[in-house]
Amino acid sequence: MDPKAFIIACSALGAGFTMISAVGIGIGQGMAAAKAVEAVGRQPEAQTDIIKTMLIGQAVTETTGIFAFIIAIVLLFANPLVGLL
Amino acid sequence: MHSIAHLGPRKIFGIGDFFITETVIYFWIIAAIMITFAIIATRNLSQKPKGIQLVAEYIVEFVYNFTEGAMGKRNSNFSPYIGTLFIFLILGNSLGLWGPRPVTADVNTTFALAGITFFLVHFNSIRSKGIGGYVKHLSAPYPFMLPINLVGELAFPISLSFRLFGNIAGGMIIMALIFTGLDSVSESLSLSIPFLQFMIPLPANLFFDIFEPILQGFVFTMLTMVFISINNLPHEEH
Repeated sequence: MDPKAFIIACSALGAGFTMISAVGIGIGQGMAAAKAVEAVGRQPEAQTDIIKTMLIGQAVTETTGIFAFIIAIVLLFANPLVGLL
Repeated sequence: MHSIAHLGPRKIFGIGDFFITETVIYFWIIAAIMITFAIIATRNLSQKPKGIQLVAEYIVEFVYNFTEGAMGKRNSNFSPYIGTLFIFLILGNSLGLWGPRPVTADVNTTFALAGITFFLVHFNSIRSKGIGGYVKHLSAPYPFMLPINLVGELAFPISLSFRLFGNIAGGMIIMALIFTGLDSVSESLSLSIPFLQFMIPLPANLFFDIFEPILQGFVFTMLTMVFISINNLPHEEH
């Protein structure tokens, strides 16, 4: 087999596997949103503050997924491994 | 539309390693629009605002309330920078709506912005605590934690810039995939007029070019404000 083709195929697989981390983000952001809904239900007058805090928390939660996503696009579009051959 | 095969920003002109990419050009255009708006809006100031002056006053008031709400009245002198950052991020992120490449879908832009935030945070930390207090703050709670805290401080601008870049670049890639996919579908159906790209991508446009830019601009400015204000406390209050 052509080693270059093998590396490219494995990189595509790796990019796919990297994005499994999106599962964790989905769960985490969903839990944050659920807690925010509960908090708004208890204290409807604090809605703006709660939404603001929730969005910041979700944005920080997202970081790990964004790192995974960057690894995935580097593997797909700017693959450093092909050049090593 | 952006092609899938070539995702990086195109080089417009330049020699060798020194060149101007399209990101820089769009950055200049946005800066020119913002400066022109500021100059026109403040040219004939009157006591009873009307027209464009009213819009400008509304924006300034909104920015000051936003900053004071997140950082407290003490830090309201950061408002001009925060407002500029917020407006620039909204304009730069939503450039995909008009066709050009979003300015923030380039790591260089987001790293520059995160670098400004990083230096603001540490400069104000030193200014409010003094050098001794700053070192003490970094080596809290025990001196042997200093390297760990340093790594944590250095990770902040990296995560800040990659968060913005990843979100906007991801949206751009998904929009490019949608358009390419619809294009190939209409080609395989051999339609004489490729009308499939007309209305179908609208919901995706709404999410990736309007909602996400505003949200990411808000998140970036909000995190900047939070980090500046928690590092700007005098040492006794901390």
